[in-house]
Amino acid sequence: MLVKREPDIKSSEITDKALYINRRQFIISTAALVGFGLQVPEFLYSSEERPRQKLAATIRGKYTVDEKTTSYKNATNYNNFYEFSTRKEDIEALTKNFRPRPWTVLVDGHVKKSKKYDVDELIKMFSLEERISRFRCVEAWSMVVPWLGFPMADFIKRVEPISKAKYVEFTTLHDPSQMPGQRSRILDWPYVEGLRMDEAAHPLTFLAVGMYDEVLPNQNGAPIRLVVPWKYGFKSIKSIVRIRFLEQMPTTSWVKAIPREYGFYANVNPKVDHPRWSQARERRLGEFRKRKTKIFNGYADQVAHLYTGMDLRKFY
Amino acid sequence: MKNDLRPIKFLKGGIFVASLLPLAWLAGQFLFGDLGANPIQKALHCTGDWALNFLLITLTITPLRRLTGWEWLSKLRRMMGLFAFCYAFLHFMIYIGLDQFFSWDAMVKDFVVHPRLIVGLLSFILLIPPTITSSTRMIVRLGIKRWQWVHRPIYLAAIGGVIHYFWLVKRDIQRPLIYAAILGILLAYRVVMWVVNRLRARPSAL
Repeated sequence: MLVKREPDIKSSEITDKALYINRRQFIISTAALVGFGLQVPEFLYSSEERPRQKLAATIRGKYTVDEKTTSYKNATNYNNFYEFSTRKEDIEALTKNFRPRPWTVLVDGHVKKSKKYDVDELIKMFSLEERISRFRCVEAWSMVVPWLGFPMADFIKRVEPISKAKYVEFTTLHDPSQMPGQRSRILDWPYVEGLRMDEAAHPLTFLAVGMYDEVLPNQNGAPIRLVVPWKYGFKSIKSIVRIRFLEQMPTTSWVKAIPREYGFYANVNPKVDHPRWSQARERRLGEFRKRKTKIFNGYADQVAHLYTGMDLRKFY
Repeated sequence: MKNDLRPIKFLKGGIFVASLLPLAWLAGQFLFGDLGANPIQKALHCTGDWALNFLLITLTITPLRRLTGWEWLSKLRRMMGLFAFCYAFLHFMIYIGLDQFFSWDAMVKDFVVHPRLIVGLLSFILLIPPTITSSTRMIVRLGIKRWQWVHRPIYLAAIGGVIHYFWLVKRDIQRPLIYAAILGILLAYRVVMWVVNRLRARPSAL
């Protein structure tokens, strides 16, 4: 507006068209491969720009909530993904050329099966589950999303952490050439999140690779993201490249950035306000009236025991 | 004389219509359901932005007139100030009626805990006296000195508005910073002019 800004993407960094077309080919072939494991493939092209791939679950999870899901449009148009921009409605366009394949996830730290996994190899290790869960952003808006993926607990069983592992640390891709937001120092990149071991192994904690019966859209954290429904959205880290098992509590990105406002636990709690806005209520995307926020985002029966004896005001 | 005023009248009309465009845009998008996933918040932010924009435009008019010698600019100042109030009023009404849906107890709780909201409300209240006394008749009735005194709170309202914005954003302070920088320049200009005038008024002191 008033200040002249550098264009977000230098022309030298725009992907060559041939490569881009190949990428689509690549996705299709990969999906066909994955299809064997997931009994997928059927392709939906919503537009020339973005192939939308169908993905089907084999299990309907018992942790699913019986609530009206947010529209696909709202869930894919209103995203916090600071790696691309701080403006939620710009993310969809900015992630158009993001390449979620080929992709590897490094699993390391105090774990027996330490390895760099190809993401499709990783996904094939589990049967896909559909799970509808609530998602509550710290900015007091919320959604209900039908995710596809597998429980983090199953993943943990497969990679066999040793007893020294007390925490799990997750890291997002750091690639400023693909993620223009990483060229500004809004956060200390790469983005890091973490969970206590018992939180990570809780059956509600989920690794999502799809939503709305489709492969996870780029703006929602493709190819693989975390979903921790009883915590504020920023805990549910996107586009994961590393999962590390640690003895010490990791320093997560928002805690590092503003320790006074963000804590490691970040459990949804209407009684503990963010210093600058209230957490007592929230607006579901697509709804007019605000609704009351529930402790642990309505999952208190399942998770409250994880925090018995802890002062939730202190450990926010 | 008449010929002199006619272009100003056209200009004023044009600027009046242009000043309504953000509101028209908002209303249009609202009617077509095009305000995105969180329409109420977008309406809140849009009206808040424009309240602040018009406040800063209002405060730009006098320095710009002095620097350029374009006396006609002063004819626009009242209108810009009134638009600042209008957008601030809309902003406040959207907060009460749409965002909070008249949940008074929730709002009271919100205000008690969050200084951001108090600063915003105070800034709005500070805009009321200048708005009420904006007419030429009021200048005559109050006398220029008192009238100026009634209009000084606009500076505080602008400072409060920028703080209100600053405390909203989570991390990316670029836009509030731009507002703060512009306001800083506009206020610095006043301070410098005030000092210069003091010195000029008392040449013997030099």
